Amino acid sequence: MTTATYKNSFLKEVEANVEDGHMVKMCMQCGVCAGSCPLGPHWQHSPQKLFMMIRAGKREEVLTSDSMWMCTSCYNCIVRCPRKLPITHIMHGLAHYAHRLNLAPAKQPTRAIAKLFWDNLVKTGRVNELKFSLAMYFKDGFGQGVKNSMAMQGVGLGLVKAGRLSPMEILGGHKCQDQNGIQKIVAKAREIEDKRRGLA
Amino acid sequence: MADNNAVPKFAAYICSGCGIGDTLDVGALEKIATREGKMAVVKSHPFLCSTEGVELIRNDIANEGVTHLCIAACSRRAKTEAFSFPAAVSRANLREGVLWVVAEGSDHDEVRQEMAEDYVRMGCAEVKKMTLPLGNPDNKAESKRILVVGGGVTGMTAALAAADAGYEALLVEKSDALGGFARNLVKRVPFNAPHAEPVPTGIDEMAARVSSHPKIKVALSTTIAETAGAPGRFKVKLSNGAEETVGAIVQATGFTTYPLDKLPELGGGQANVTDQAGLETLTSAANGGAIKRTDGKEVKSVVFVQCAGQRGSGGNGDGTHLDYCSGHCCATSIKQAMYFKDQNPDIDTVVLYQDLRVPGMGEDFYRSAQTKGVTFTKGKVSKVTGGNECTVEFQDLILDEAASAAADLVVLATGQVPNAGVNLDEWTAINTLAEGGDEAAKQQRTALVDNTSVLKLTYRQGPDMPQFKYGFADSHFICFPYETRRTAMYAAGPARRPMDMFQAQEDATGAAMKAIQAIENVSNRRASHPRAWDLSFPKARLEGCTQCKRCTVECPFGAIDEDERRFPLFNEERCRRCGTCMGACPVRVISFENYSCDTVGSQIKAVNVPDEFEEKPRILILACENDAYPALDMAGLQRMTYSAFVRAIPVRCLGSVNTIWITDALNSGYDGVMMMGCKKGDDYQCHFVKGSELAFYRTSKIGDTLKQLSLEMERVQTQEVAITDNARVVQLINDYVAQLEKLGPSPMKGFG
Repeated sequence: MTTATYKNSFLKEVEANVEDGHMVKMCMQCGVCAGSCPLGPHWQHSPQKLFMMIRAGKREEVLTSDSMWMCTSCYNCIVRCPRKLPITHIMHGLAHYAHRLNLAPAKQPTRAIAKLFWDNLVKTGRVNELKFSLAMYFKDGFGQGVKNSMAMQGVGLGLVKAGRLSPMEILGGHKCQDQNGIQKIVAKAREIEDKRRGLA
Repeated sequence: MADNNAVPKFAAYICSGCGIGDTLDVGALEKIATREGKMAVVKSHPFLCSTEGVELIRNDIANEGVTHLCIAACSRRAKTEAFSFPAAVSRANLREGVLWVVAEGSDHDEVRQEMAEDYVRMGCAEVKKMTLPLGNPDNKAESKRILVVGGGVTGMTAALAAADAGYEALLVEKSDALGGFARNLVKRVPFNAPHAEPVPTGIDEMAARVSSHPKIKVALSTTIAETAGAPGRFKVKLSNGAEETVGAIVQATGFTTYPLDKLPELGGGQANVTDQAGLETLTSAANGGAIKRTDGKEVKSVVFVQCAGQRGSGGNGDGTHLDYCSGHCCATSIKQAMYFKDQNPDIDTVVLYQDLRVPGMGEDFYRSAQTKGVTFTKGKVSKVTGGNECTVEFQDLILDEAASAAADLVVLATGQVPNAGVNLDEWTAINTLAEGGDEAAKQQRTALVDNTSVLKLTYRQGPDMPQFKYGFADSHFICFPYETRRTAMYAAGPARRPMDMFQAQEDATGAAMKAIQAIENVSNRRASHPRAWDLSFPKARLEGCTQCKRCTVECPFGAIDEDERRFPLFNEERCRRCGTCMGACPVRVISFENYSCDTVGSQIKAVNVPDEFEEKPRILILACENDAYPALDMAGLQRMTYSAFVRAIPVRCLGSVNTIWITDALNSGYDGVMMMGCKKGDDYQCHFVKGSELAFYRTSKIGDTLKQLSLEMERVQTQEVAITDNARVVQLINDYVAQLEKLGPSPMKGFG
């Protein structure tokens, strides 16, 4: 037996918190998106199935799924959907919502790269490429990090030699001039988003 | 204008156009017509269907007193407008029947000419036995009023359609108000764009229009007590004591919902499990406010179960409930789901379907429901449990897992069961016992008529229209829209197939138009479909009748009753002119003016049958004029070749084939007889319902006769032929000729 409730509470939650979530209820379950998705054989739930799970009230299963994290934004589903649903946007929106609730799969690589990128960017307003690369190399532990570094050694040295990467960035690297302004912009954006979702 | 009191004068006209004169010896044909055919006037023309040729014939009719014509030219199915005369007309098919189907070359000249000469002999013999049909002078429409049985949406629409067309309507309704099932609806599914919201039913306005229409008489709280008579003069007794005369009848008796107590596995009969009609009641009681259960609790969650007790093994059951789809239920459930969402968008509303069927523009309606937040999922429901909290157990076919939904209320979309009246098979079985003296059967028959019959016909063949599978009233027989096997009676609305209100209104309008057509046909003494406009009608020499009852029982249209002495009582206005009664009659007392045992029998005898030494078989083909004869013509049109030893006679229906023709043919030395008719069986294509079936049955009884004549069984065959079978029909004939040649010549040759 399932954990589905076939009540609207989770659907309403998605409508309130997920970009374009209000369109989930319009899905007519034709299966065109499932058939169109190039990731079809590789993920656990097609968009069609995720939408039905939302309508069936399967909250935990949806939010802990790694399916929406695998979306590559090819837009094939949007092009073909007979109901013109913004499926790609909903998939990313679901991923974002799961992340905010801290329910996303712990070791999901897409989530990891997104988080590291964002944290790196938001500190100074500039991406520190050296630190970002090192963080990616060592995200699965020191041993794996060493292996990754050795594997990419040639590329790294090539970049240094070409002047595209500076070892000195380990000491901080370049920044935006107005650091306070950066922080205020990010805070304001979050405030606007929360207000739009009725959370503030 | 010719009339049947004039001294008969016979004439033959031979066309030498279309290659007939180039290949056949027309002079020899003229001699045959003069000497053997005994035609007083014999002429030929190179273009008989031209203005000049037609004028030649018209002059002879007007100035020479010609009353009977044999036209030896193309098929009787060709040039029907050109060869339309106020005279009895036979057609000898020289073009499609000889010229175009006999193999080319001088080697075949002899057999080709013989074939043509026989057809001329046959045409002359046939026309001698004909009279010109003028329509039964006794027929007249005593009433052009249309009786509508049932005052629901269908019946009201039919009455309005007839009345607005200028005819009077009598509307009989069993309950105390107009409106029928629709009277209980809070709203209905929209008929027009934008198909977004349920709309008011409009029933009150329609009923008011019906009640105030000057040409519509309404009888409420009334049923039919008896219907006697025939089209144009039905005598109807009503339960309120009134006696009315009407010309045609529209049966618009609607449906009942499939009963909930037959669905225990879906919670039928349990608390807070209802059907669509029950939900209308709850919604009506709410009067715009919160919809409450019968225990008073407001409904906060509801599940609709589609296909409840419908679609047999494809649905929720296993074939133990209704095997068909009722069509309207998905749109109705969408409408009802909207009742909840429109009242309170927070009510959890789920529709469990197997295939969401929203005919017409219902796709927009479905989308509109989704916009309001109705959840649809594809699921096969296995069990519903009622109670304070209801549970629906189902297989979710999208998520592919067993699932369960809890709800305050469950609504089952059960199906439509037609109110069609008495099943005639059941009635016939009981009636046979009753006529045999069984007292219990007599009471059973009375109860069946009193409790179930709608029309209460005093017909020999039963009190209501025939029914189809699943109990739907007769309709659309073979390819004729609305036509039933009871002339001037038309079923409309859910009584004849499941439909929604929109379809019912359209259907009712069509039925009313057909009723008007039937009345006008009676007024003009014409037959109805399929032999529309036929002016011939059956006559019986009752002095020869042996009261065997075969004609009354076998008539496909219930046209023949029995009088107090058990002689057949013909109701010509009910007749479709198929001739099944003629084929049934063992003493051959039934005939039509231009089609009788004599018209066909004389053709059979007119053929020149060679003796056995000439090695030329003669094979009679009796071909149904609806499918088989057109197929033969089409074979000619496409220049397919078949044997020159066959002589084809068109018959109205295989049901009209009297076995005397077969025995006469065999006695005359024919080597074989082949009957070609339409498909028989459950998905019959016979234009007269069961003529083909009767022919097969009667032929199966001919074995004893064949034995007495020392003839093999293979000399008589019956084949099913469709109108598209022109290639096959050629094969059938040629194979048959080969088979008969193996058997050798008929031993009856040389005695004729």
